[in-house]
Amino acid sequence: MKPVFTVTKGMLPVSTSYCPGCTHGVAHRIIMETLDEMGLLGKTLGVAPIGCSVVAHQFMNVDMCEAAHGRAPAVASGIRRVHPDKVVFTYQGDGDLASIGMGEIVHAAARGEKFSTFFINNGIYGMTGGQMAPTTLIGQRSTTSVDGRTREQAGMPLKICELLATLDGPAYIERVSLDSPAHIRAAKKAVRKAFEVQLAGKGFSFVELLSTCPTNWGLTPPEAMKRMKEEVAAYYPLGVYRDAEV
Amino acid sequence: MSEKVLMKGNEAFAEAVIRGGVRFYFGYPITPQSEIPEFMSRELPKRGGKFLQAESELGAINMAYGCGAAGGNGFISSSSPGIALMQEGMSFLCGAEVPVTLLNVSRGGPGIGSIQPGQADYNQVTRGGGNGDYKIPVFAPASIQEAVDILYEAPEIANRYRNPVMVLADGLMGQMMEPVLLPEPKPDLTSADIPKVKPWAISGSEKGERSVVKSLRLQPEVLEAHVEHLFEKYAEMEKELERVECESLEDAEVVFVAFGTMARLAREAMELLEAQGIRAGLIRPISLWPFPYAAFDRISDKTRAVVSVELSMGQMLQDINLGVKGRVPVRLVHRVGGMLPTSIEVVEKTKKILEEVR
Repeated sequence: MKPVFTVTKGMLPVSTSYCPGCTHGVAHRIIMETLDEMGLLGKTLGVAPIGCSVVAHQFMNVDMCEAAHGRAPAVASGIRRVHPDKVVFTYQGDGDLASIGMGEIVHAAARGEKFSTFFINNGIYGMTGGQMAPTTLIGQRSTTSVDGRTREQAGMPLKICELLATLDGPAYIERVSLDSPAHIRAAKKAVRKAFEVQLAGKGFSFVELLSTCPTNWGLTPPEAMKRMKEEVAAYYPLGVYRDAEV
Repeated sequence: MSEKVLMKGNEAFAEAVIRGGVRFYFGYPITPQSEIPEFMSRELPKRGGKFLQAESELGAINMAYGCGAAGGNGFISSSSPGIALMQEGMSFLCGAEVPVTLLNVSRGGPGIGSIQPGQADYNQVTRGGGNGDYKIPVFAPASIQEAVDILYEAPEIANRYRNPVMVLADGLMGQMMEPVLLPEPKPDLTSADIPKVKPWAISGSEKGERSVVKSLRLQPEVLEAHVEHLFEKYAEMEKELERVECESLEDAEVVFVAFGTMARLAREAMELLEAQGIRAGLIRPISLWPFPYAAFDRISDKTRAVVSVELSMGQMLQDINLGVKGRVPVRLVHRVGGMLPTSIEVVEKTKKILEEVR
């Protein structure tokens, strides 16, 4: 009998620590499946962030290191200098990348660093228990904005793809969503493109993946998917913000 | 062939680490060490290495962490406030056991302080400002030649213990010129060698077992075992890395304790005191951690005072007192803020101290 599906070798055969309905697992899998399909698993070095996915190295079957909060792009820049012929990526959440790590991501992008960043935007600090993130939407409740974020008190959410697209450094920027099978397939294509851009030596590639956090959004997994599709994607439009020929 | 050349401190430091095997430099401009990134930007590309100007000291230390985690021999230099910004990274380097060579060309503080020489980083570098239980060996050379020799050796020490190693040179050392004998360059560690030489490093090399470089250990018993393991290493370092120079301790009426450029000043003061019939000795800690406590057991019964000569408000006194164990009065001669004492000033203050303790 011919198997119709085999689990990628890119994911270690262990249970993840992520909550039911969280899309970290989906994001992990499409990145690792892509590396597997491209024959890059043994040639890849990943950098895990601080946040729920600090433990990504327990699930992703490639050489990995942790980075201090927000510093993954600096760490990856160092790795890249030592191993110019390998594949390097960072995996970062929105508290990590868009708040404390804003300096590192902007400068890595501006330098056109030859690595790929996968940015998980779920609009909340997950691991610390649901505090407001720089990407939390206006009106969204969090443990540090219990009546909903207001512009007066906390300013406006950051749109990272749009911000990075103002720079000349990046080669490829796309925002995708993990809200449906069709969008997940599109997200996987974007992940593949990010690695292709890196392999072609074109420079920095960046994929933002809109993600859910049902636990801290206070929603069921199906409700979280619906919110992501309707509310979150309305503020963070999907699409290619910088394109590269590969 | 080795060659004797006249070099400015900062440039000699940079040349020494390159000859010691460093091929990657990550830095951010800060006075009084900016000649180092300038030198590295010119020299490293010619010597098969890479130079990267970081966006901040936070960027620099984390680039060095990535470089070290990936098996490269990395180097960063900064000065006091920049070193303060790097403390989080130093804790991570120690926790994840990543080797890096660090150089602090120190200046005055607190805060932005001044750009003049200072030694008020003593506590910062020997006690560490980062979180958690960790230690970083710190060497404080007193001449450019000694700095060159230590910086040449430092990458090897860092690799041996899989731990950062720091050299503390005050701003005077960075800016002065002295003749130095440069050591023979060590061979390159190529990226192809890394999986063999450093199998623990992340190299994406399909070497069988994958590597993970990390400091997170969520299970308490696992973190406890890891910290105990780190401290077995630190105990080893305490045995192997302690360095001190003692001069004229027998018959000394007064013993100076000083490191870096202040040790040179203390030596001048010793000669001046000798001419006035007062015998003076010197304990010069070369390693500030591990601190050479045992050297203080060699202080003779004739010694009436131990005088620390420092460019700080006496940050080394705590360690000196631990070494002296209350046997002799311990006093301080100091200037701060970028002011330097003269040898005559040290002599006068020392004579006053000797009168007080009579």
